[in-house]
Amino acid sequence: MPRLPDTLRYWFLVLPALAIMIVFYIWPLLGIWQISLTEPTRGLDNYTRMFDSSAVTTSFILTFRIAFKTTIGCLILGYIVAYVISNFAGRVKPLMVALVLLPFWVSVLIRSFSWIVLLGRSGIVNDTLISSGMIDSPLRLMHNEFGVVLAMIHVMLPFAVLPMLANMRGISGAYVDAARGLGASEFTAFAKVYFPQTMPGVMSGALLVFVLSLGFYITPALLGGGRILMISEYITYQIQEFLNWGLGSALSVGLLVATAVVIALAARFVNLRSALLERK
Amino acid sequence: MPDKILTIANATKRYGPVHALDRVSLDVEEGEFLTLLGPSGSGKTTLLSAIAGFAPLTEGRIDLRGRNISNEPPEHRDFGMVFQGYALFPTMTVRDNIAFPLKVRKRPASEVRKRVDECLGLVQMEDFAERMPAQLSGGQQQRIALARALSFEPQVLLLDEPLSALDKKLRADLQWELKSLHDRLGVTFIYVTHDQDEALSMSDRVVILKDGRIQQQGVPDELYKFPRTRFVADFLGKSNFLDLPVTAREGDEMTCRIGGTNFPVTAPGATASGDVLNVALRPERIRLGAPGQELLDGIVRQVSYLGERCLVLVDHAEVGPLMISQPTWKAEVTPKAGLPVSFGWDVDAPVILEDGAA
Repeated sequence: MPRLPDTLRYWFLVLPALAIMIVFYIWPLLGIWQISLTEPTRGLDNYTRMFDSSAVTTSFILTFRIAFKTTIGCLILGYIVAYVISNFAGRVKPLMVALVLLPFWVSVLIRSFSWIVLLGRSGIVNDTLISSGMIDSPLRLMHNEFGVVLAMIHVMLPFAVLPMLANMRGISGAYVDAARGLGASEFTAFAKVYFPQTMPGVMSGALLVFVLSLGFYITPALLGGGRILMISEYITYQIQEFLNWGLGSALSVGLLVATAVVIALAARFVNLRSALLERK
Repeated sequence: MPDKILTIANATKRYGPVHALDRVSLDVEEGEFLTLLGPSGSGKTTLLSAIAGFAPLTEGRIDLRGRNISNEPPEHRDFGMVFQGYALFPTMTVRDNIAFPLKVRKRPASEVRKRVDECLGLVQMEDFAERMPAQLSGGQQQRIALARALSFEPQVLLLDEPLSALDKKLRADLQWELKSLHDRLGVTFIYVTHDQDEALSMSDRVVILKDGRIQQQGVPDELYKFPRTRFVADFLGKSNFLDLPVTAREGDEMTCRIGGTNFPVTAPGATASGDVLNVALRPERIRLGAPGQELLDGIVRQVSYLGERCLVLVDHAEVGPLMISQPTWKAEVTPKAGLPVSFGWDVDAPVILEDGAA
C-alpha cells in the first residue's frame, strides 16, 4: 500500500473530532439558521421582528453592558492577582495558581447558588448588616444588574487571570530592573516598561471574558431572577415558554453574529498593535 | 594619586547560610576600567548588583565619592547599567529606549533629541533610531544597550557580561570598541565577566573573585605573570602545576630537583619556605627541544594544532604530563605523538604559589 502524504495522514488524526463537530455542532447550527428563515413562514420576518422589538434591543444592550462591566471588573481584579503571582509569589506560586483554578472544579451552578445564599433578602450579607444595626431593611443585592455583574465577575475571573498570567510569565524581571537602574521610579518602571508589555495578555483576557459573558446563561438567569434578561435567557424564554422557535433561532443567529463582530474587531485591534510593535 | 569614586567596605551578602559575598573591600578609581572576574557563583554579579542597588548588602557599606549610598534605591544612584541580555524595552523604538533615562529625568525634549542622536553616533547606529529592538541583531542590541546606559552621562557605567551572548568574532570587535569608548569618554567602567580574555584585553585593573571573596587584584599583566594562588594561575590562562623539592636555598635563589636533575629557581620576594615549592608554570614559558638539548627529557603524548601556536602534551616520568605551548613559526622540533623530546625553562619561569598543594 502506498504511503499517504503526510498532510493527509494528519487529517485522518483529527477526523474523529472533526466528524463529531460537524454532525453534532455545525449541522444543528445550520439547522438553527434554517429555522430562523422558515418558521413560521419563509422569509426574513423573524429578523424584521427582532430589529423592531424594543424588548430585544433592550436585552441586547443590557447583555453588552453587563459583559462590558464584567470584563472591566475581571481585568482590574485579575491583573492584580496575575501581577502578584508572577512577580512576588515566590514559593507559594503553585498554590496561588491552584487557587485561581479551584473554581473550575466546582460547578457554575453551585457557585451561582452560593451567591444567592450570600445576596438574598435574608441572605448572609443582609442578615449580618441588619443584626449589626447598620441597615434597617434588607438591601436589594440581587435580582438586579449589580448582583448579576458581581457573580459574573466571580465566575469569569479565572478566564481573565490565566491569559494574563501566561503573558506575564514571559516578561523578564530584568526589564523593570533595567528601568530602575536607568533612573525610573518603581511606578514609572511599571507604567512605562512593564505595563505595555502586558497588553497582549490583557487584550486576550478581555476578549475571552467579554465573549464568554455575551452568551452566558446560568449565572444571569439565577442572579437576575427574571428581572435581568440577558440575551441567552431571552432566547430560552422564546423557545421554552412561547415555543417561538423562529424568533429564538433568529436571536441565536443575532448573538452569534454580534460575537463574531466583536472577535473580528478585537482581532483587528490586536493585529494593529503587533503591527505597531513590528514597525517596518 | 587618582581620586576614589567608589569605596566598598566589608561588603557581605548572605542568602540564608550561603555567603554570596564575604567581606569584600574594594576601591574604584575615577575613570578606570575595572573588571570583576570569576567563575559562576563567585559573587561577581552579586557585587555588581549591590553596587547598582538591586541587592542590598547584609553588612558593609558602599560610598560614592564619600557619600554612603548603601541604602539608596537604584534610581537614585545615577549609574548606567548594561544588562546581560541587554533588557532593551521591547515596546519602544531604539530612539525611545535611549531617550528613556533622559525622559525620566525630565530633560527638555530638544535636549533629549540631541543627546539621543549623539549617543547613536557614539555607537555608530544612527540609521537604526526608528527600529524596534526585536529587529536588531545581538551585536546591534548590545550597542543600543550601551548607548542607553550612557545617554544620561552617568558617573559610573556598570556592565554585566554584556558580550556573553555574542559569537566569538563579534565579541572581539566589541572589546576593542568598548575599550576605545572608555578611553574617549573617561567614564568609570565596572565590568563583570567570566571570560578571562575579555578581562585581560580591556581592563586597567582586574579583580578576581571566588566564593564571594577577592582572590587577587591587579593590572592584567601582573596578574597573569604573578598569580598568587593556584586558582588564579589556573583561571587566568593555562598553567602547569609542579611540586618542586628544594635541595638548596640561598636568599631568593633556590635549587630544585626533578628526577636527578638539579636546576635553579629564582623567586623574588617569595615568602614560601619548606622543602617543597608549589609552582605554576605557564605552557608558553616551557621550551621544547631535541633530546638532550634542554633540561629534562620526555615523550610527546599528544599535539593540538591551533594555528599560530600548538599545544604539546609531554610525558615525563616524575612530573607527569606537562602542557607546552610552542609558537608554530619558530619550532625547534616538529612535535609528533611518541617523539622523544627535551624541555626546559628560564630561571624565573616558575611562579611560586602561596596556597600550596590544592
